[in-house]
Amino acid sequence: MTDTIIALQNVSKWYNPAFQVLKDCTLAVPKGEVVVVCGPSGSGKSTLIKCINALESFREGEITVDGVRLHEKGVNLPKLRARVGMVFQHFELFPHLSVLDNLDLAQIKVLGRGKQEARTKSEALLHRVELSEHANKFPGQLSGGQQQRVAIARALAMDPVVMLFDEPTSALDPEMVSEVLDVMVKLAHEGMTMMVVTHEMGFARKVAHRVVFMDRGEIVVDAPKDAFFGDVGNERAKLFLSKILQH
Amino acid sequence: MNYHWNWGIFWDASPEGAGTYADMLIGGLRITLAVSVLAWMIALTTGSAVGVLRSLPNPWLKRLANAYIELLRNIPLLVQLFLWYFVLPEIVPEAWGDWLKSLRDAPFYTAVIGLGLFMSARVAVQVSTGIAALPRGQMAAGLALGLTLPQTYRYVILPNAFRVILPPLTSETINTIKNSSVALTIGLAELTARARAIQEFSFQVFEAFTAATLIYLVINMIATLLMRMLERQMRIPGYGAK
Repeated sequence: MTDTIIALQNVSKWYNPAFQVLKDCTLAVPKGEVVVVCGPSGSGKSTLIKCINALESFREGEITVDGVRLHEKGVNLPKLRARVGMVFQHFELFPHLSVLDNLDLAQIKVLGRGKQEARTKSEALLHRVELSEHANKFPGQLSGGQQQRVAIARALAMDPVVMLFDEPTSALDPEMVSEVLDVMVKLAHEGMTMMVVTHEMGFARKVAHRVVFMDRGEIVVDAPKDAFFGDVGNERAKLFLSKILQH
Repeated sequence: MNYHWNWGIFWDASPEGAGTYADMLIGGLRITLAVSVLAWMIALTTGSAVGVLRSLPNPWLKRLANAYIELLRNIPLLVQLFLWYFVLPEIVPEAWGDWLKSLRDAPFYTAVIGLGLFMSARVAVQVSTGIAALPRGQMAAGLALGLTLPQTYRYVILPNAFRVILPPLTSETINTIKNSSVALTIGLAELTARARAIQEFSFQVFEAFTAATLIYLVINMIATLLMRMLERQMRIPGYGAK
């Protein structure tokens, strides 16, 4: 197998004590691949993606991220998380810091970059998400779409080996969805390894290599994009697709 | 009522030997300010630490913080000062007790520590409430960037939580100044105690307490003003009242 960035082996998780949110999930994301994870709400998609940078714990199974084995004791979590970019549904920019300071903070405090070096990197990334003119504004002065693009830039500033997206467009007004997806598409074309929880099937069609369908904590389908959108061959996935593709 | 008003009393020499009655009030004001500022510093630092403990996921740390808060919040300040001042020296080893009793400014130190700890419980509640008021994703975002838990508190959680709780902290600042008057019961010569002393020496009760009242009003209004300025300074563009 070529470089595997993320490997999940029989991962299970319970919310104490009886409710199982993840059931025996196995999944591998090779370097450079874009994997879209979809499924009905409550199916465990977000929980799964948050296990990958240990924002959520899991009880059984193994998760390996870029060679770091999360299931073993004594893992340096901050060090791991610094290499895994994460974009949240509600952006989660730091409201008391300017856009530039949002991008600088972890570069300086976690990676130990100098102020000037961090700033140069931040400015380049803001240019890339086309927000240079907003560099000195505060998050509260930006639209949702702009905030999410800043959040993507903030994650990229850490030079991550993989980017995780947790429903990055779900909290956006419809007219702002495309500006965020455009940034993500560009990123995918540049070869970034990405795992994206989303209902945006258009995005999946355009850039995904594989689509994973989850239902009730299980990975029900894990198929190449064309197979998934051609004939998925699974009733639950078919039903789900027919519902979200209707309009 | 047959009362002999004498507003000039403040310029009369006090029977204490040195200075005027006005000097007595100024001396009291100095002590009130010193106790309040030092107690408030203890309240802010200790209260913030306990408030952070209370916000952590570890159930034992949370219980510890809650126990601290309930203990200090539910016993009247007057009783707490008596406990520190009269009871503590009797229950520690005798040598320590003797040392405590021989301290020259014992009422001052007791007032600073006693009032500081009493107020710290109230600050702790505010701090943990402020932290709880932030979106939960803020913590996740800090951690996801690779910041450690202490770094996330230092650079993300606390700067925002303190902005949320600045208005209630203004009340607590003023409460600290007002509560410092309780220390007269352990013999501290603060503002209220000095006003009483003037009354006892001169029988000019109305003048003495009018002066004390005005002084409290003025310093508390100044404190409020300073906190409002701080609030304005800390306001984040794009957030809050527009």
